[in-house]
Amino acid sequence: MDLTVNRKNYPFEGSPDTPLLWALRDHLDITSVKFGCGEGLCGACSAHVDGELKRTCQVSCSEATGKDITTVEGLAPKVAEALKTAWLELDVAQCGYCQTGMIMAAADLLKNNANPTDEEINDAMNKNVCRCGTYGRIRKAIHLAATRL
Amino acid sequence: MDRRSFIKSSTASAISVGVGFSLFNNEVIASNTYFGNPWIKIHQDNSITLINSRTEMGQDVYTSISLLIAEELDCSLEAIRIEAAPFDPTNHGNAMLGGLQLTGASTSVAVSWGSMRKVGATVRTMLVSAAAKKWNVPVSSCSTNNGYVMSGSKRASYGELVDLLPQEPIPKDPALKNSADFKYIGKDIPRLDGQAKVDGTAIFGADVRVEGMSTAVLMRWPVVPPNTYGGMAVKAVDKVISYDADQARKLPGVLGVYRIDEGIAIVARDYHIAQQARKLVKITWDLGDTAGLRDTETIMRRLKDAATVKPGVVLRTQGDVKKATSAASSAHKATYELPFLTHANLEPLNCSARIANGELHIWGPMQNPHLAHTVGVNISGLPPEKVFVHVTFIGGGLGRKAEIDFVQEAVAVAKASGKGIRLMWSREDDTKHGAYRSAAYVHMEGALNAKGGMTALRVKLTSPSVISRALPPFIQNGVDPFMVDGLHNLTYDVPNYEAEALIHEVGVRAGAYRSVGYSVNTYAIESFIDELALAAKVDPVAFRLTHLNGQPRAQAVLKLAAEKANWNGPQKPDRFLGVAQFSGYGSFIAVVAEISLDGTEPKVHKLVAAVDVGRVIRPKQLEGQIEGAMVLGIAGAMLNRLTFKDGVVQEGNFDTYKMLRFRDTPPVEVHIVNNDNPPGGAGELGLPPVAPAIANALARATGSRLRTLPFLDV
Repeated sequence: MDLTVNRKNYPFEGSPDTPLLWALRDHLDITSVKFGCGEGLCGACSAHVDGELKRTCQVSCSEATGKDITTVEGLAPKVAEALKTAWLELDVAQCGYCQTGMIMAAADLLKNNANPTDEEINDAMNKNVCRCGTYGRIRKAIHLAATRL
Repeated sequence: MDRRSFIKSSTASAISVGVGFSLFNNEVIASNTYFGNPWIKIHQDNSITLINSRTEMGQDVYTSISLLIAEELDCSLEAIRIEAAPFDPTNHGNAMLGGLQLTGASTSVAVSWGSMRKVGATVRTMLVSAAAKKWNVPVSSCSTNNGYVMSGSKRASYGELVDLLPQEPIPKDPALKNSADFKYIGKDIPRLDGQAKVDGTAIFGADVRVEGMSTAVLMRWPVVPPNTYGGMAVKAVDKVISYDADQARKLPGVLGVYRIDEGIAIVARDYHIAQQARKLVKITWDLGDTAGLRDTETIMRRLKDAATVKPGVVLRTQGDVKKATSAASSAHKATYELPFLTHANLEPLNCSARIANGELHIWGPMQNPHLAHTVGVNISGLPPEKVFVHVTFIGGGLGRKAEIDFVQEAVAVAKASGKGIRLMWSREDDTKHGAYRSAAYVHMEGALNAKGGMTALRVKLTSPSVISRALPPFIQNGVDPFMVDGLHNLTYDVPNYEAEALIHEVGVRAGAYRSVGYSVNTYAIESFIDELALAAKVDPVAFRLTHLNGQPRAQAVLKLAAEKANWNGPQKPDRFLGVAQFSGYGSFIAVVAEISLDGTEPKVHKLVAAVDVGRVIRPKQLEGQIEGAMVLGIAGAMLNRLTFKDGVVQEGNFDTYKMLRFRDTPPVEVHIVNNDNPPGGAGELGLPPVAPAIANALARATGSRLRTLPFLDV
């Protein structure tokens, strides 16, 4: 089976029921997708599959094969730049473990809503957990990124 | 710094050559431009590597400590790359934590403030001296800027001068900059690890990739670990009676199943296979006697019974509490109850280990590389110089990653399997096998005079010990210093005061959790002070200000927080304010919480904090630490608690151990009082006042007092 990650094809020889998260991390050595819960409860493993936001611990490789898988490294340059710059300017990351997942969820939000309110950010991002408590800064960073897209 | 420490460092640093661990691209770095100190490597291309003694877990030590060195070294920040220190407690030990190479207790900046600036100034002085000799000009004609030494029209980069440094004498007392000349300290410099943390290149524990490494998971004794297991020199006890792993071994991708003292380990091609195999292993455990762990109520009752009948150790006595109480206009009592909490760091515990070619290498998210090294030596049986500890970025530590159980297990699996392994804990493993924030009973008594002044205060804390298991030498005369923080060093000025602490074990492992004893004791003290203020019919801010006599910095932050929260002004309808203040780690904070009630359910709308940590290294970082700790404080006040049944922790994943999320997180404001006092701690400062500030707002809203955490029925 092949997996297409960030527009590159990778052969995958593991079991088809392997969650995409573990194919990416343990077979393809793409470690920007993080393991936090394994149950779709924290969002640390967020990536885009055919343009849709997914928790990769909840998607099997048999479902993901043939689709375009995008991790933070493969985000479209414009949105990636806007989000990362906003994150850096506002000093968002603390430990940083959740932040790649946060950025993937934020990119998905901004694709569907060019200028979200705080409430809309809360609703869209509520499945992503940050134990360092950077939620307030993430809200501000999403607003800032929105002004530049 | 003297020649001896440079020479000694130089010897120690020889160990690190070739095994420095890059946090950014997973590569092992060979370094040949070391010139003989353990903190700064200047390379001929004018780039500079700073070796960071402390572990980065979100608190921003890689930037803040690097800024201290760079400020005095006078180098450009673009030239800097950062490495985690190798095991070398002579040079990287933490003088505020008994010399252990350990990150915790909000000590990193405070302990580095003098020492790391001196390191930078020493090397800068030597570079200037080398340049002056090379050019045959007086030292006084030379200046430095951004990694260059200059004299008249002459200019040399630090990289060009590095070869001359070994001949330079080491200055005993190099001049430090005046604070007015600071280029970096106090400025909002972007964090040096920020880019790596948004583009996914930062290497956390489980991101370590070493050729041929497999994944391991461990099936542990299902009963909650007791407070005797895991820590300095505590060996695991094999609790397996029998096990059958035949089915698991047949699963494609399983590389082996091994019995170690800590349980049954499965080594597999990937984590998914290892977890699948786990379901196929049948284990008969010796569960022992779990009668005392029947349920949460039983555990808490054992603690409460002890609190009632057993005396503790008296920490401090002043005046005569009994006499003052009998002479008082009114006397008051209250008992506060706190549950066990788990850290729930977003990065579950993990550790990688490999024993090969007579060397043990350990990679992982370690707050305590010191004891990781000790454990590595003990289990591998290798000589200390053959055990290498590589500290990665930590995806949230909160004290849990200062433990060494996860390191011990990884080394044991590496030894048993003969393989390089990456031991992964599932979320459920992480929740059920913690080193928890202690449950506690805190009994308070107080007395008021006719004028509404506090004349006596008495406190008795009863809880499991925080540190007796992990680091027994810290226990002195029956007192656990981490447990009693805030009691022996009460901020308030009260003529009659008595503090007592009782260590009482209930069969549940306890450990350091952000703010440690302060999180427990501040909740009780600041709630009770509010109860006294209400009883005295004195405004809670005014009551505190009166009794913070002699504490001008505590008074100043309290006044500022009250002002910024509009404490004395009109409030929005149905909103209620509560206040709490706290000092610890050499720093001061006051918090005002704004809440409302939706039926009987409280909602936090806003927190306003004023802080004084002395000299601020990086304002955005300070605000971030306070914001984050306050958000964790809300989680502890409202949501978090562990429950037990027949010795087993009932919570597992985030569906049962609830996380504070975007929707529940109100705006948090931080106001900084900047001054020239030496920097105190910041990482843990924000948490302790949050629960009592919310409790005090709730009491105002409802007219009744909640004394048991958490406040929501979860």
